[in-house]
Amino acid sequence: MEVLPEFKLHRPGTLAEALKIRGSLDEARYISGGTDLLANIRRGLTPTENLIELSGLSELQRFEADADGLHIGAAVTLATIGNDPAIKQDYAVLAEAANAVAGATHRAVATIGGNLCLDTRCLFYNQSQWWRDSNDGCMKYEGEICHVVPTSKRCYAAYSGDTAPALLVLNAEIEIAGPDGSRRVPLDDLFNDDGIDYLTLAPGEMVTMVHLPAASKSKTASSYTKLRIRDSIDFPLAGVAVRVTQENGKVTALDAAVTGTNSTPIRVTGCDAFVGLEFDEEQGQKFAKLVQKQTSPVQTTTTKPQYRRRAVTAMSKTLTQNLLQALSA
Amino acid sequence: MNSVLQMTVNGRPRADVVADNMLLVDYLREVCGLTGTKIGCDGGECGACTILADGGARLSCLTLAHSCAGQVIETVEGQATRGELSAVQSSFHEKLGSQCGYCTPGMIMTSESLLRTNTNPTEDEIREALGGNICRCTGYIKIIESVQAAAEIINASREAAE
Ligand SMILES: Cc1cc2nc3c(=O)[nH]c(=O)nc-3n(C[C@H](O)[C@H](O)[C@H](O)COP(=O)(O)OP(=O)(O)OC[C@H]3O[C@@H](n4cnc5c(N)ncnc54)[C@H](O)[C@@H]3O)c2cc1C
Ligand code: SF4
Ligand code: FES
Ligand code: FES
Repeated sequence: MEVLPEFKLHRPGTLAEALKIRGSLDEARYISGGTDLLANIRRGLTPTENLIELSGLSELQRFEADADGLHIGAAVTLATIGNDPAIKQDYAVLAEAANAVAGATHRAVATIGGNLCLDTRCLFYNQSQWWRDSNDGCMKYEGEICHVVPTSKRCYAAYSGDTAPALLVLNAEIEIAGPDGSRRVPLDDLFNDDGIDYLTLAPGEMVTMVHLPAASKSKTASSYTKLRIRDSIDFPLAGVAVRVTQENGKVTALDAAVTGTNSTPIRVTGCDAFVGLEFDEEQGQKFAKLVQKQTSPVQTTTTKPQYRRRAVTAMSKTLTQNLLQALSA
Repeated sequence: MNSVLQMTVNGRPRADVVADNMLLVDYLREVCGLTGTKIGCDGGECGACTILADGGARLSCLTLAHSCAGQVIETVEGQATRGELSAVQSSFHEKLGSQCGYCTPGMIMTSESLLRTNTNPTEDEIREALGGNICRCTGYIKIIESVQAAAEIINASREAAE
């Protein structure tokens, strides 16, 4: 039996209780489904003396639609999201991204909050203690240098959550609660382009809700696609979410976001340039270039970064073309 | 930190003093002595540790024992009734869904959970449900055939009962 490091498990039932417990502790981590955190703790990563379980918080279970849109509590599972008929219908990109996370057994407990806050990943980090020790650790944990970019002063571990790009193209907002009260911000503001300090949450803060604007009235299509080694289970080597609307054969809105290539999910900027145009092969190539410029995978996976970069550009173009074709049909 | 943990394991209510940092898989194997549940990886990669919690398939190696307080837990040891194998167990035996057997308890529990909610799964649905269960031996075809055979047995016995 492999013994986990000692910690105390706290199982509050309400948000107020959770924040009170957190406030009484110098150090603690939040745990939701545990499918990322417990795997890391087992490998001697992300040590902690206190785990505060969020899955039981009634406020974080909320899952309802109203005139403002859809409100998804941070503890709602990816299985619930991926199987929900309304999400499949109006926010297809989110259902597809949720269903592309890990395997069905993981998704039964994995939460949307945990997926957004998933630790960044790297070939030199997601390894056993003895593997990492043989490299003297690395800058992200128990070491000095970065083995991927040895001259670097920062860590390039890849942000690898699948739902973030989907929620970005849907213009999601999140609610954050912490010792100093709660705030609502665009999802974009949660992330930081740094493999170590990848979230902007202050100590003690947690994500409590995801808000999606009401589904667009105009004809919209959205989808998520990802590159991975085994289609049944693996993390994205690169993932792309696209949402597009079209009228009379011309693009009226285009949003794209990428995961798996940088330390933060990337909202592709400059997509407005395609509004009013027919998305023909030439525009498709231009779009692919735009994505290529904004993504910069490095050797954080066994798959070569050049391949991931070429794949992500090709996937973006094909996905957008397919969506537009479906809208025209 | 230790405290009393109450749950039902294979139909029997239990109360044990369990450490906060104990994984469900270690609780089942070391405290309950139910070594049918296997550990095949260092966390979430293989599905060998799959059990049922309140009827749903769960990875017991990525679950803390205390997180299951009050739940109904089932392991492979609880599947046979009075010495008679369950439909899923006998199908894995008959259809050669098991070779070395290491992945089998996890395969059986995931299949059991699928068939409890969907007695006519398509091949895609079976593959999807078993996506997190890795087998080094069978090549999966025999496993899928085993689940299909189990579905037939379950449906036939339902019809017979009606
Ligand atoms: C074999 C395997 C394959 C996987 N494949 C994928 C994949 O393809 N794509 C993918 O995206 N993920 C994958 N994962 C990772 C993981 O299963 C998912 O990201 C999952 O959604 C994490 O959610 P959780 O609720 O289990 O998070 P947890 O493990 O509970 O938490 C993850 C992190 O988020 C923090 N956290 C949790 N909830 C909150 C909150 N509400 N507010 C603030 N912080 C919070 C935790 O402290 C922790 O740091 C895989 C995992 C395994 C083991
Ligand atoms: S990118 Fe560099 S510092 Fe970051 S985890 Fe990988 S090896 Fe470590
Ligand atoms: S032992 Fe649990 S998934 Fe491998
Ligand atoms: S039968 Fe040997 S691992 Fe599946």
